[in-house]
Amino acid sequence: MKYMLLIYGPPRDREPTPEEWAASMPEWEAFGQGLRDHNAFVDAAPLAPTASATTVRVRNGQRAVTDGPFAETKEWLGGYYIIDVPSLDNAIEAAAMCPGAKDGSVEIRPLVDLGD
Amino acid sequence: MSTSATDAAQRVARCFREDAGRTVATLSRALGDIASAEDALQEAYLAALERWPRSGFPANPSAWILTTARNRAIDRLRRERVGREKLRRLAALEIPPAPRDVFEGDAMTAIPDDRLSLIFACCHPALGIEARIALTLRTLAGLTVEEIADAFLVPHATMAQRLVRVKRKIRESVIPFDVPPAERLVERLDDVCTVLYLIFNEGYSASAGDRLIRRELCDDAIRLGRVLATLMPQEPEVMGLLALMLYHDSRRDARVASDGSMVTLVDQDRSTWDRAKIVEANALLEAAYRHRAPGPYQLQAAISYAHASAPTASAVDWHSIAALYAHLERMTPSPVVALNRAVAIGYADGPAAGLAALDALPQDALADYHLYHVARADALARLGRTAEARAAYQAALTGTLNAAERAYLRSKVAGTRETTVTEETQ
Repeated sequence: MKYMLLIYGPPRDREPTPEEWAASMPEWEAFGQGLRDHNAFVDAAPLAPTASATTVRVRNGQRAVTDGPFAETKEWLGGYYIIDVPSLDNAIEAAAMCPGAKDGSVEIRPLVDLGD
Repeated sequence: MSTSATDAAQRVARCFREDAGRTVATLSRALGDIASAEDALQEAYLAALERWPRSGFPANPSAWILTTARNRAIDRLRRERVGREKLRRLAALEIPPAPRDVFEGDAMTAIPDDRLSLIFACCHPALGIEARIALTLRTLAGLTVEEIADAFLVPHATMAQRLVRVKRKIRESVIPFDVPPAERLVERLDDVCTVLYLIFNEGYSASAGDRLIRRELCDDAIRLGRVLATLMPQEPEVMGLLALMLYHDSRRDARVASDGSMVTLVDQDRSTWDRAKIVEANALLEAAYRHRAPGPYQLQAAISYAHASAPTASAVDWHSIAALYAHLERMTPSPVVALNRAVAIGYADGPAAGLAALDALPQDALADYHLYHVARADALARLGRTAEARAAYQAALTGTLNAAERAYLRSKVAGTRETTVTEETQ
């Protein structure tokens, strides 16, 4: 069963500095390696900051392009993992190991199996 | 062999009641889906109603139902578009064929008991607590949707929707029908115990409505507690939970006066307590104690034991109870446990000590909790501070919904108006 782990960061008033970013990398790499070791890793990527987000809506054929994320919340979607594990319990174990769970939160969403 | 249709209907109905939980558990586990299991079972019962009167009753009706339901589920899966997930389930369904001797047994003994895996799925922490309660009552206790809706005072359609949604979440997010691994068992078992105890408490002290006790829910919770204790015989907290429910339940007749009003523990007629339940609870608590692994349910059961073992209200060992509450508070800190400890101090060391303990509690957490005001009122009344006691009972009245409790509190307000409450209320 494939699940997406959506990693939401806690509210913050500034972007991390390159040094802070670099300092956090080893634990993320260890997390990804742990998933690979269990043959659970499918895909992952960090997302650029929400300041870079663009939202598009088409209504009655009219295109509306706006600056910023779809939902203005204090929490921000910072990245995702797609994992392939037997059940939700394994996905919960993985999410609990994710560095993002320590200060933010990790939402687990099953991917819908279209059967092909 | 020919049998009348009504006879068949009765036997099918009996089979359904007796097997509630077991067949649905085995099928749910194989299918990974409770709704499909229920559908397959329903088809099997309909087939039984049609076939048994004509071709006679099978030697083992339960096994017949399970085999028929399993075959119906396989047919259905084959008819549907075959995806990867479906193939996996089909394989799981076809692996354990019913052994021939199953049909010669006289009960479900030859069929594996999968209820434990269903219990852990229904009480999974990824499900909302109300959904867990409803699903447990539906699938394991065999209650109808209408019965559950009525017990929780929600419209039938709302409860039906809640059940559909929770079964869908189990299927779509692949919540496993398995006993959790050892390193997760303690917390997952605690989730299960929480659901059973919430069912019991909903029955024992209905949060709203006019009946203080909705017996059926208490009986269902105890029945499920016995199933859990049978399936997990080495878990002291399960024994503690079952003992706790039995102690409470032993007092249910004494707890409500003939006019429907509430009778507090100290005023209850101890001769009406159900001795058989107390004896059963004592044995469970003793067995749990031998594991030397105290937990919140065992401690609460031990507190109930202190009440149940005292021949009179004045013989209750309140010092032990206060110590047990202190232990419980260290293990599971909460304002309500702290309140109970303060009340116990009030009976162990006198109302002045009790009031001091009550006033030391965090006011903001308890201001809206009616039992806090009842406890203060009781201590104040015992100290002869009648006017303050009356005000505290009035404050309690703003916080409770249960009609029997309201009646009790109103009588207390009236009582403080007319007489000075003396030490005897202890």
